[in-house]
Amino acid sequence: MDKPQELLSISSGDTEQPFEWSVGRHTSTFLCELRDNARIVGIRCPSCRKVFVPPRNVCGECFTAMDEIVPLSGEGSLLTYTVLSFGFVDPDTGHLKPVPYTWAFIRLDGADNTFIHYVDETDPEKLRVGMRVRAVFEEQRRGHMLDIRHFVTVP
Amino acid sequence: MGKRVAIVGTGQTRMRSSRKDVNGQELIQEAVARALEDAELSRDDIDAVVIGNMDHFEGINYVDTWSVDGSGAFMKPIMKVTTGGTTGTTVAMAGYYHAASGLFDRVLAIGWEKNSESDTTGAIITAFDPVLDRPTFGGAVGGLAAWATRYMHLTGATQEDAARVTVRDRRHALNNPHAHLRKEVSLEEVMNSPMISWPLKLLDMCPRTDGACAVIFASEEVAPRITSRPAWVRGTVNRHNYAYTADPNWDFLESLREASGVLYERLGIREPLKEFDLMELYFPFSFAGIAWVEDLGLAPVGGGPRLVWDGVTDMGGQLPINPSGGVLSCNAIGATGLQRVAECAVQIMGKGGDRQVPGARLALASGFGGCFWSDLMAVGADKPA
Repeated sequence: MDKPQELLSISSGDTEQPFEWSVGRHTSTFLCELRDNARIVGIRCPSCRKVFVPPRNVCGECFTAMDEIVPLSGEGSLLTYTVLSFGFVDPDTGHLKPVPYTWAFIRLDGADNTFIHYVDETDPEKLRVGMRVRAVFEEQRRGHMLDIRHFVTVP
Repeated sequence: MGKRVAIVGTGQTRMRSSRKDVNGQELIQEAVARALEDAELSRDDIDAVVIGNMDHFEGINYVDTWSVDGSGAFMKPIMKVTTGGTTGTTVAMAGYYHAASGLFDRVLAIGWEKNSESDTTGAIITAFDPVLDRPTFGGAVGGLAAWATRYMHLTGATQEDAARVTVRDRRHALNNPHAHLRKEVSLEEVMNSPMISWPLKLLDMCPRTDGACAVIFASEEVAPRITSRPAWVRGTVNRHNYAYTADPNWDFLESLREASGVLYERLGIREPLKEFDLMELYFPFSFAGIAWVEDLGLAPVGGGPRLVWDGVTDMGGQLPINPSGGVLSCNAIGATGLQRVAECAVQIMGKGGDRQVPGARLALASGFGGCFWSDLMAVGADKPA
């Protein structure tokens, strides 16, 4: 009687295809403001007057180019959130993200869209939709989204 | 409006968490062989092929050419269509468009995925903006969990309400030989399953599956010659949205609400709950089964839980949802949307076996992709006017 066939798998190994992404004018403005001024800025659509953060070149709904940079206070409220219990590899560090961590969807004051980042409170019992939050910046900044370390809840 | 088009055959592979016995090409071939057998057609009868998956799950980016031996596309017109989670339904739409154009009579649509070949979350992150979204990204699960958080806040719905959806779909899967997970779960088991991303627990979520599905679309001239019970495409609408992760409307599923509104109007449907006989819906997590039925016009805002608790959407209810067991029982992502279409066709063609909804004449299939875009295809026994 024949043995069942041995079925193999081949791994891709650890090598990763690297990329170098040009971020464009408006994202460069955003990241430089984080790095140099510890400040979050958005951009306003001349058609619908909505403010988007981070800034982008075109308001998709209006299909209109935007140019008016709008500084924001860095404060806002929680539109929604989740607390993750599973770790996955952080693309920035290449290491597993420590858990638990809270992924927050934030309405920054003065902006009309939603900003994603971390909130440092990880107990779901202590989080509420509508809670006020405030950005906290790293001391050493490099022009990266994680120049914002996280948001903290504001009592 | 294009030619009228019908589905004349479908095929699905064995769906498992890991199909170590086949590579991707072989998996595709399995589905294609079954669809051709179902339609009693040969490879030579096929005029064009459309194929799709989410490339980053397997890391092989030329699937249209790489799989040409097994897909039947050798020296034929073939194109790859890929739209994230909606890939399967978009593949169906592309298959339909090919035949409706009048340029191709018999079109093979293939959706597939070998989710076992990569770390799902590590792969899915590559779908998102590298500079603004990836640094804090919490996975597809995280986005769906955030949806659930807001839905509970807006409506007062509970985790138990959502858990009832899992109980339904997993029970339905017992009737479906093609489902990946074929074991009932109780409400308690769902509520006690490990928390993955609050408020979503393991059993609130779809599995990862290896599998493929193939569907054959035929133009009105040839469809009745292929089968005496073609499943006619009655209409199809999709709405895609998303530039950055948090852009979609978080208060209701805007893409589904709009797409269904347009489709219902086109079909003259006023009361979808009464006028459809079943729905196969791409609901990748339990909360979708209470929240997004509202965006389909099946219940008022906040009324989704009542609909589900009352048994309206169970087999034997007024509108069975996911007689196949749905996405909570099987999710080979590139195939999943196409399976919804295939399952609707199976029902209309009367081939549903233990999962057959008696007298099914009009069915709705939906596709869903992160971030929150929607595809719809209605399939029915009546040839469009």
